[in-house]
Amino acid sequence: MKHMQLTFGGDGAAVLTLDREDGSVNVICDAFMEAMGAALDQVAQRESCTGLVIRSAKPGFLAGADLTMLAAEFPTMTARRGYEISQRISGLLRRLEMLPIPSVAILEGAALGGGLELALACTRRIASEAAMVGLPEVNLGLLPAAGGTQRLPRMIGAKKALGLLLGGNMIDAARTAELGIVDEVVPGIEAEDAARRWLTSSPESQKPWDRKGFRPPESRGLMLPEVALSYSLATAGVAGKAGFRQPAPVAILSCVYEGMQLPFDRALQLESKHFGRLVSGKVAQNIIGTTFLARQAALKGARRPQGHELRRISKLGVIGAGMMGAGIAQVAAKAGIAVVLIDRTAEIAEKGKAYTAHSMAKLVERGRMTRDDADALLHRIIPTDDFSRLAGCELVVEAVFENAEVKAETIRKVEAATGHETILASNTSTLPIGGLASHSARPDQFIGLHFFSPAERMELVEVIRGAQTSDATLAASLDFLSQIKKTPIVVNDGRGFYTSRVVQFYINEGAAMVGEGIEPARIENAARSIGFPVGPLTLLDEVSIDLPVAIFDQARSEEAGLSEPAGLTTLRRMQELNRHGRKSGGGFYDYPEDGAKRLWRGLGNTFVVAPEQPDDREIERRLIYAQSLEALRCREGGILDTDADGDLGSVFGWGFPAWTGGALSFIETEGADAFVANAKELARRHGSRFEPTPGLYERAKAAV
Amino acid sequence: MHDIFIYDHTRTPRGKGRPDGSLHEIPAVQLMIQQLEAIRDRSELDTKLLDEVAIGIAQPVGEQGGVLPRAAVIGAAYDQSVAAIQVNRFCASGLDAVNLVAGQIASGMSKAGIGGGVESMSRVSFGSDPGAWTSDPRVAFHGYFAPQGIGADIIATIDGFSRADVDAYAAESQRRAARAWDEGRFANSVVPVRDLLDAVILDRDEAMRPGTSIEDLAKLKPAFTDLGDAGYDKIAQERYRQIEKVEHIHTGGNSSGIVDGAATVLLGNTEFGERAGLVPRARIVSWASIGSEPTIMLTAPAAVARKALANAAMETSDIDLFELNEAFASMVLRFMAVMGVDHDRINVNGGAIAMGHPLGATGAMILGTAIDELERSGKSTAMALLCAANGLGSATIIERV
Repeated sequence: MKHMQLTFGGDGAAVLTLDREDGSVNVICDAFMEAMGAALDQVAQRESCTGLVIRSAKPGFLAGADLTMLAAEFPTMTARRGYEISQRISGLLRRLEMLPIPSVAILEGAALGGGLELALACTRRIASEAAMVGLPEVNLGLLPAAGGTQRLPRMIGAKKALGLLLGGNMIDAARTAELGIVDEVVPGIEAEDAARRWLTSSPESQKPWDRKGFRPPESRGLMLPEVALSYSLATAGVAGKAGFRQPAPVAILSCVYEGMQLPFDRALQLESKHFGRLVSGKVAQNIIGTTFLARQAALKGARRPQGHELRRISKLGVIGAGMMGAGIAQVAAKAGIAVVLIDRTAEIAEKGKAYTAHSMAKLVERGRMTRDDADALLHRIIPTDDFSRLAGCELVVEAVFENAEVKAETIRKVEAATGHETILASNTSTLPIGGLASHSARPDQFIGLHFFSPAERMELVEVIRGAQTSDATLAASLDFLSQIKKTPIVVNDGRGFYTSRVVQFYINEGAAMVGEGIEPARIENAARSIGFPVGPLTLLDEVSIDLPVAIFDQARSEEAGLSEPAGLTTLRRMQELNRHGRKSGGGFYDYPEDGAKRLWRGLGNTFVVAPEQPDDREIERRLIYAQSLEALRCREGGILDTDADGDLGSVFGWGFPAWTGGALSFIETEGADAFVANAKELARRHGSRFEPTPGLYERAKAAV
Repeated sequence: MHDIFIYDHTRTPRGKGRPDGSLHEIPAVQLMIQQLEAIRDRSELDTKLLDEVAIGIAQPVGEQGGVLPRAAVIGAAYDQSVAAIQVNRFCASGLDAVNLVAGQIASGMSKAGIGGGVESMSRVSFGSDPGAWTSDPRVAFHGYFAPQGIGADIIATIDGFSRADVDAYAAESQRRAARAWDEGRFANSVVPVRDLLDAVILDRDEAMRPGTSIEDLAKLKPAFTDLGDAGYDKIAQERYRQIEKVEHIHTGGNSSGIVDGAATVLLGNTEFGERAGLVPRARIVSWASIGSEPTIMLTAPAAVARKALANAAMETSDIDLFELNEAFASMVLRFMAVMGVDHDRINVNGGAIAMGHPLGATGAMILGTAIDELERSGKSTAMALLCAANGLGSATIIERV
């Protein structure tokens, strides 16, 4: 039996042990389902069998469906096919539930998605103290399609169930018991005994919803005003939190609302129908394609050059103990790497370490980390002003002030203190790597590692390969990122690389629209409606209005005749008005001390609001098309080698909405021909930045 | 089209829609029975002459369900041949019931009938008749549903009405309602409600707060802030992108009151009036219903007013008097601004902010108020209109004869 073993004990209890053959995590794939079906047949046929225990031989219980298997069908996926996929696994679990004997799931480690759903189909659930459960489907644009949306609300009530179904978060054993999802929490070692003990008590195996008279309030639908009100508010909550671009949350809510009014088997079919609609839609496929498949591939070294030995960093140098340097030091120390944290004075370096000490103290306080682990981590960070301490570092990351001369001097000092094996990485977000490498004696061992702020939380690192950067350097850098569990994209050298270059088009377009007299609230709301975490004007205020202006001025000084980006006039006008951003007292927004930020009242006087405001869709399009087109120019111009880098970089770098799949996938989401038509119209109305690229015309032609 | 005349109108006083409200012990059907008895008895009407009793009920469930109008017709001992129908277009139900009977008469299919409405909000509480539009997640989500109070605040935010503006309007509604009562302007229509001992249990609109000042109103807490935070403000911004922040300025004081009440309007053609020996008080000129943007759901009045005017080939300036249901202050302010109607031409005797809004009954009540006021002031034309949930609205134009 593949991926699991079935044994029958003398006490009448059968034990089904999940144990994936070719991996460390149990997942539900075709072979798993076949084996499970066969196991259920055997259990059903064995008259002496009085109960079934399902457990795992792995550290975790079961991590849900095999997404790679599911994604392989995306190109041909239909709602009907999605329905069938769901019905297959749902039917299997229903068979388990309908066995004439009781069943127990022993949850150790993670039981996620289909894993938890399998457990819910059992008669009883016993969790070890280390168990973690969750239904993360919503995060992937899907819904739990093996009965999760039906069993959970029938077990613990719609409201609590919706918290888990819509939250998509993991909860620990104690919380799971509190919610009534598991019946017992025991130390892992005692779990099987507890299961057998319970089985000997001849428990009832029929589920409440399979007995006559099961009638929770939600089964009466809107006949009960209080039920109606709770669905109404839940819908508002979904709209308010997830917005209107993601079909999954409201589909989950509908599964509960519609399904609770149906007999159980029909409810399972309804759930499968909702699943079919989601899984055949672009949004789920985009989210899975980028945030799961492409991300996993990147983490597993998709962009790592072949033929280089795996390298592990044991000692890292970080130059510059500001927020960025301190954050990098923290993630490295967390991964067990010794870190030399250098700044101009020992005091400044100490302050950088204190940043980590502070975050560790918080974690310890909340019980998320032990005191010992925190101490060990802090012990690995050595703050100093002495470059000679860098001796023995396999990698040094500089995160000093974003100025070419300061960086050049740092490069010289680092190289003087390190051996010729040491790789030197710059955390620059904009300065071309080739230019910096010219100050290096070992340009082949020079690379860009652009972390995002705050480095300890942002999972993306943009790796910039300079013209002279060697494959070995790139491979070792990616090994380091893998060590510290960051998701890498690899891009080629050029002004602003990829992420900084494209995000400029977001804020520039926002500024340009303000200049045209479009009401600022419309711009910000359009951005949030699409799904950007913050509007372009908010982002400008955060990074400061001076930054994009300075970047342009710098570029212009290097390349005369560089044309002005859209919105520059608006930004310069803001500077003249002394509105530089949040840190300097206000920009597009005012930041009153006693309340939330509000758009600056003076904006209307400076940028007179046009009497005719454009259609909402046009504002949305401008914000998103400007970025997608620039990403495409990066792709066609050789900054990006793969679409996946472009998509991952946009989603994890600056919060490009995941439902689009990313800045490049958005084009296919719109449809290449529709995108071209819209871009041409935008170009006609707003300028050449919207002009489709030659490659895009080709694609649109091919698509027709 | 046959002429449609209004021969008479009655209404109950409006009781507070709460357990301590005077009418709380009187079920909706009894309110309606007393009204049907009153309009029959004061005209000594042979009910055999009636074809239809159409009654608007906005929450026709529980004891207000089951075609209450038929139960009321039988309870009032009307002739059993009189048909009955329950009408629901949310808050416009009472006016639509009148319009329904008017349509029957105009077409010649009926000669006479009663249109009216009833709602006991103290007994069938607000929210008792939810539906897919508010509560089925798929429908509510894709319909951008938000409660009406949020819509009222959206109007205020977009149009720039301040808390002081809406409170000033509310204070004036109270002042006008109090004056109208003091001068007996409702005397011809209000029929006191009697209890089981046949004693008068209510003879005056009891939710009014005469003497309410703008300062008093300013002290009240905004009513829809929490709902806004629950997600409805985000829905508002999705629909109305110019909104940076929804300003929650509507309170219990500048919104319509929750009350109990019932009303009737007796309609008939010329022949009916002759046979019944009745003299018409007004003529129905035109009517209309319309749908408007459902998230705000309070902007139908201007659109439906224009439609009713167009049906009558009239202009706004041809209307001497407007009776617009005061669901919330901001929606009346918007109507006045959009239609160019001065405050001295609209709701001259106050409105639902002062006297309350017994959902299904209000349409018939304000039509009756318009008739009484035309007669009192000697003016000629009036329009009664209401916004209704989910963006609906209805209007009726009448002319004094």
